[in-house]
Amino acid sequence: MNGRIAKNWNRVRTLGYHRDWENYRDLLIVLVQKELKVRYGNKALGYVWSIANPLASALVYFIAFQILMRVNIPGYPVILLSGIFPWQWFGNVVGASPNVFVGNSSIIKKVNFPRNIVLLCTALNHMIHFVVSVPVLMIFLIAFNHVPTLTWLWGLPLMMAIHFLMVYGIGLALASINLFFRDLERLTGIILNFTFFLTPILYPLEQIPPHIRKFIWLNPAAPLIVSWRELFLYGSLQPMYLLYSLLYAIAFFAIGQFIYRKLSWKFAELI
Amino acid sequence: MREPVITFYDVSKSYPLYRHIRGIKNFVFNMPKHLKTMQNEQYEALRNITFEVYEGEKFGVIGNNGAGKSTTLGLIAGVLKPNRGRVIVRRRVSPLLALGAGFHPELSGRDNIMLNGVLMGLTRREIRQKEEEIIEFSELGEFINHPLRMYSTGMVARLGFSVVAHLDPEILLIDEVLGVGDIRFQKKCLDKMTTFKDSGVTMVLVTHSVASVMNLCDRVMWIDNHEIRMIGDPTEVVTYYSKAAGVPLDLSAVNKAKL
Repeated sequence: MNGRIAKNWNRVRTLGYHRDWENYRDLLIVLVQKELKVRYGNKALGYVWSIANPLASALVYFIAFQILMRVNIPGYPVILLSGIFPWQWFGNVVGASPNVFVGNSSIIKKVNFPRNIVLLCTALNHMIHFVVSVPVLMIFLIAFNHVPTLTWLWGLPLMMAIHFLMVYGIGLALASINLFFRDLERLTGIILNFTFFLTPILYPLEQIPPHIRKFIWLNPAAPLIVSWRELFLYGSLQPMYLLYSLLYAIAFFAIGQFIYRKLSWKFAELI
Repeated sequence: MREPVITFYDVSKSYPLYRHIRGIKNFVFNMPKHLKTMQNEQYEALRNITFEVYEGEKFGVIGNNGAGKSTTLGLIAGVLKPNRGRVIVRRRVSPLLALGAGFHPELSGRDNIMLNGVLMGLTRREIRQKEEEIIEFSELGEFINHPLRMYSTGMVARLGFSVVAHLDPEILLIDEVLGVGDIRFQKKCLDKMTTFKDSGVTMVLVTHSVASVMNLCDRVMWIDNHEIRMIGDPTEVVTYYSKAAGVPLDLSAVNKAKL
């Protein structure tokens, strides 16, 4: 038998299959709504929660570094906040991603639907949280004399697109691989922790000694967070860091898509 | 001649055993060995399966545990790919999910109808048209607006069946999920399935219940040890199946008990 020449294209044919763009769109809407509803039954209270988390961690770091350790950085509260708010989006998606497919095993095993939609919805969901937290960040910025500029009008959408592409790509890769290596989840947690402290979130970029600062672009999260902070505090975007984050975003997106495409048809075998 | 809607042509399916699934740590330390075993150690779930299911047919699949029944369903649903042979499915497939799959416990019954519906491939517009009908059929009354975690097991099953039954299934896949719910609702499901018969809905039923096979199916396939042992008239296949399993079959008793 020439079983070895099993080409994928002729092995499965589903002719009456009718998922169109309208179903994809609705699937995405319903899944995002589900996440939001599950997390916050009550809408007003939900808003408070999505903001309380980054604010609380900012407060903790402020107490630890400014009040207790007496770090001498002018405008430290806004430096903290402008780093922590985007990081929340990044860290939450990447941290949750290994579990995205494993956690939906019962459906993945039975229903043939585009699985990357689940991850798309995770990334969108945290983006929504980020967007609703921006007004709060603005209040703090204004209080510290960093008035939002017109650059925000194109800077914010551009940065959000780059950020989204990056977390979606990383998440898709981790979610797919975690089905094969279930301890990836723990590893992700550890690496994420490293990344958090090696990225200029708790400290400004200028605080890093110049001979190390040269290598900051090696950390994929660093150009992204640096750009966000530049945009929030000074209304400007440095072309170099913007370019680095864009390249990282495209690279991760491509890697994520590639891994997902390679592995997705094996998902149901594994869970 | 009726048109076949599901065609299996000489299908074989085997799974790698994925021993390295225990983790990266394990995999990295035993890399060469793992790569070798991955190719050689395959678990064969189906071997040279060929059959056709025709439009509007009620097709039963029986067999011992681990014989390959669920793999067959997975292949029909399109979540698995065969290693050899061809699977051709010519209609939209709606799997009736095991209890609570595709539902979220924190959402209300109404939201869950929507969630389940879009997962099955329908649009929100289509689901909204059917919503009231689904709710009425499920007989959940006030509960439809309560979160699913408050439901009893039977209520979840009722909602699940109601959703699938009303979303215009073309091919309905049922894997051992009948027989929950009280006897009155079981009767209602049976009646609903009988109406499927007239409207040309194809049904593939995987079960261990000899009675439901005999009462519902037009044709039965018996998978034994990853191969087809027999395909044909339910009574005949079930008789041989029971004999092989060493369980005496009382045909008159089966016909009395509906499910």
